[in-house]
Amino acid sequence: MSTLRKKLVMVGNGMAGVRAIEHLLKLAPEAYEITIFGAEPHPNYNRIMLSSVLAGGASMNDIIINDLEWYHSNGIRLYTGHTVTSIDTRQKKVYTDKGIESSYDELILATGSNPFMLPLPGAEKEGVIAFRDIKDTQIMQETAKTHRKALVIGGGLLGLEAARGLLHLGMEVSVVHIHEYIMERQLDEAASVMLRKELEEQGMKFLLKKQSEAILGKKRVKGLLFADGEIAEADLIVMAVGIKPNVELARKSGIEVNRGIIVNDYMETNTPGVYSVGECAEHRGIAYGLVAPLYEQGAVLAKRLAGVQTEGYAGSITSTKLKVSGVDVFSAGQFTEQPGSRALRYQDEIEGVYKKLVIKDDKLVGAVLFGDTGDGAQLFSMIKNHENIKGMEKELLLGVSSDALASPKGNRLETMADDEIICGCNGVSKGAIAEAIQSGGCTSVGAIKACTKASASCGGCKPLVEGLLQLYAGDNAVTVKEGICGCTTLGRDEIVAEIKRMELKTVKEVMNVLDWSNDEGCSKCRPSLNYYLGMLWPEEYIDEKESRFTNERYHANIQKDGTYSVVPRIYGGVTTPADLIKIAEVAAKFDVPMVKFTGGQRLDLLGVKKEDLPKMWEELDMPSGHAYGKTLRTVKTCVGSTFCRFGTQDAIGMGIRLEKAFERLNTPAKVKLAVSGCPRNCAEATIKDFGVVAIDGGWELHIGGNGGVHVRATDLLCVVKTDDEVLEWASAFLQYYRENAGWNERTAQWVERVGLDSIKQALDDREERLALKERIEATLRLTSDPWKQIVNEPELRKNFEPISQPETV
Amino acid sequence: MTKMLVGNVNEIDIKGSRKLLVGNTEIALFRLTTGEVLAIENKCPHKGGALSEGMVCGSRVHCPLHDWRVDLHSGNVLTPDTGHVKTYEVEIDPESGSIYLTI
Ligand SMILES: Cc1cc2nc3c(=O)[nH]c(=O)nc-3n(C[C@H](O)[C@H](O)[C@H](O)COP(=O)(O)OP(=O)(O)OC[C@H]3O[C@@H](n4cnc5c(N)ncnc54)[C@H](O)[C@@H]3O)c2cc1C
Ligand code: SF4
Ligand code: FES
Repeated sequence: MSTLRKKLVMVGNGMAGVRAIEHLLKLAPEAYEITIFGAEPHPNYNRIMLSSVLAGGASMNDIIINDLEWYHSNGIRLYTGHTVTSIDTRQKKVYTDKGIESSYDELILATGSNPFMLPLPGAEKEGVIAFRDIKDTQIMQETAKTHRKALVIGGGLLGLEAARGLLHLGMEVSVVHIHEYIMERQLDEAASVMLRKELEEQGMKFLLKKQSEAILGKKRVKGLLFADGEIAEADLIVMAVGIKPNVELARKSGIEVNRGIIVNDYMETNTPGVYSVGECAEHRGIAYGLVAPLYEQGAVLAKRLAGVQTEGYAGSITSTKLKVSGVDVFSAGQFTEQPGSRALRYQDEIEGVYKKLVIKDDKLVGAVLFGDTGDGAQLFSMIKNHENIKGMEKELLLGVSSDALASPKGNRLETMADDEIICGCNGVSKGAIAEAIQSGGCTSVGAIKACTKASASCGGCKPLVEGLLQLYAGDNAVTVKEGICGCTTLGRDEIVAEIKRMELKTVKEVMNVLDWSNDEGCSKCRPSLNYYLGMLWPEEYIDEKESRFTNERYHANIQKDGTYSVVPRIYGGVTTPADLIKIAEVAAKFDVPMVKFTGGQRLDLLGVKKEDLPKMWEELDMPSGHAYGKTLRTVKTCVGSTFCRFGTQDAIGMGIRLEKAFERLNTPAKVKLAVSGCPRNCAEATIKDFGVVAIDGGWELHIGGNGGVHVRATDLLCVVKTDDEVLEWASAFLQYYRENAGWNERTAQWVERVGLDSIKQALDDREERLALKERIEATLRLTSDPWKQIVNEPELRKNFEPISQPETV
Repeated sequence: MTKMLVGNVNEIDIKGSRKLLVGNTEIALFRLTTGEVLAIENKCPHKGGALSEGMVCGSRVHCPLHDWRVDLHSGNVLTPDTGHVKTYEVEIDPESGSIYLTI
């Protein structure tokens, strides 16, 4: 070979690197003298196909991409079974573990990635492997001949493919996954659940939401211990929980590395003459783990090395498919909904078909297909090309032309196929609704909703459901007026009026007199009636704790794992060292797993066992922060004039005064207040239900703000001069809200519904304000601290303990 | 099958519940307005919510986490959701009010 050729050395003989070389050979066959070092003892092979080898679709020989003859005929010097151990970037030389040294003009690092092995105790035991290369595949094949039970940790693409292969080899296979649904990186929950069912039918088992803790066994693995104490037996454990770019060599050699080896759009590292492609490279913050983007990178690198003009690599949108026979899964792009995007879904549980298209600004940005992936390629190309799909969304989803969709409603409903989805949120088909009407005896939209869940979520399909009702039930269709819940046809105002008119004094009475359809109501009407009665008859009504939600019954927030959280009252967010010590001591004593600040400047002790609640309250000996109820939560404050150099008023003092005045108040929904000491508004008072902002010589009062799901800034109610006036207006506003809003209606919604002016008008007259103030004070005088009460009353306290120890008889 | 004495009816509030642990299984006992005491496994088929913490309406309990409804007699989840919770046989001594549970 001519010595004029430049020396090109590549470390790593895998898919991305060799693809770049193939490309380069086409563009500039004479330019380089090429040397490749590969740690594996094989020529380059198609790693993707290892899954198929395991699942019986291919043999090892089938998956070789370039055999030794190819390297030879292209003049490539190949060192298999050689690991490059160091690079001297100044002398431009690489060294291998077998003592070979090789100098280069240009160097490509294509070292791929390493499987991520969970650092579990026992992970070094025999029988614990990854799924990455031919060696792993051979171990699985050998193990299956002598052992029965396999566990795959990781329910992603790779894990499921490994599990499918092991099933093929005759092993009993369980997939352990930390999430509640599998392939959560590629699928949404609906598609994932359908996939799981399909795989279960193939014989795969699933252990979901499981945290692995230790690998059991002496020399060889015998089982896996989970954090919840359960144990699963296993003779083989395959970890497929992720990969990490293989960057050790680069890092040691002083090449810039983050998660992967950092490259620019031309695959150049920060070190002159050194390039990187493949899973080991990080481009614009992303290290890809799929072949398609790596091939695009390889093409750019080849052009660069060949001196051909290129725009460079700009990153890739990826798509994935699960290579498991019998199930078709495809996902591409951004398949979860994000702000600003909308989704169309089609779900047919009978045929096992699911489709989801995610659309943003009239462009398709993501798709998930299950069961029928025939459209995958077309959709993927539309995603990559940023095509405008306005007007053809439904056609893409349903494969029906838009003309058919545009025809008049009745007609279209009649001709619509039975498996067409009417309610996208809940995947209810036309057939299911027709069936509910024709044989299920549903004669109202409410009944159809209760029976099929159609229109139970966003309600967007309600017109279609009504149309179907007309179509199939005809004259039998009844239009039922919907009340506050399914138990009554009466609305909030009618109920309140009737309670007043007939002086109804208990929940049961209301239900009897007003003809409730469910004798004991439901979780919607019971708490609301309990609230209305308490609001209307503060002195006489005895609160029904069994009609309150869990949080309010146990005076703590129930968390998803069934534990509770405790938030002591800290007025205005101001505490003392002594109280902090007390809180810390109680937290330590009861092994509270997490202490955090709440969104409203209070301390949250999370993860408390229900049995411990009364004991903790007793030791804290502080009032309840009511962080759980439909009640005043917190009054957030800034530093104000006490310390702040801008503050014009005492925000802290004002906040404490308000919090003390209104604590324990029952309200239609939770209520949050804030006080800022100057218009800089550091306490963010303008997104609270009632916000107070100091101005020079007075206070601005704001109402109807919310920082939750629907952010709403407050409306200015008025400006007042004195602290007492702040109290007066706050009292009047809160009581007016208590008396007029629907249960569960935040002030933000309420203000929008009734209009700011109507509230201003109602509060305008001083006499009215004072009357409202008097009523709220009468109610507040009757409240007491629930924590203290439970601590002191055995009859209440018993409900926190398990019932007596069982005795066998 | 074991039968055991697990407590007395007056330890459970009406429309209230108490739980107990038998082996590894948590069981929720409910006392209805009718006086009946019913026992089911304390685990919602949806996401494992503790049903003992839920609201009792008639002979149904609403799960505290996401409001699925479980019929306390049959253990069936009510439409539109689906699923089933294990139920256990309960006997009450009319004289003493003792609750016996068969597991
Ligand atoms: C079972 C399985 C199934 C897969 N299925 C799919 C799929 O369906 N679709 C898809 O797009 N992708 C799939 N992938 C991922 C795909 O195989 C990889 O993205 C791709 O192989 C990465 O190419 P690479 O060249 O960057 O790395 P590799 O192909 O891993 O090559 C890197 C090579 O470098 C060698 N090496 C590392 N360090 C050194 C050193 N210091 N000296 C010498 N040699 C070294 C390694 O031994 C290795 O052979 C799958 C992967 C696996 C394991
Ligand atoms: S709102 Fe004004 S007074 Fe309060 S902390 Fe901010 S700058 Fe200081
Ligand atoms: S866990 Fe019971 S409804 Fe979700």
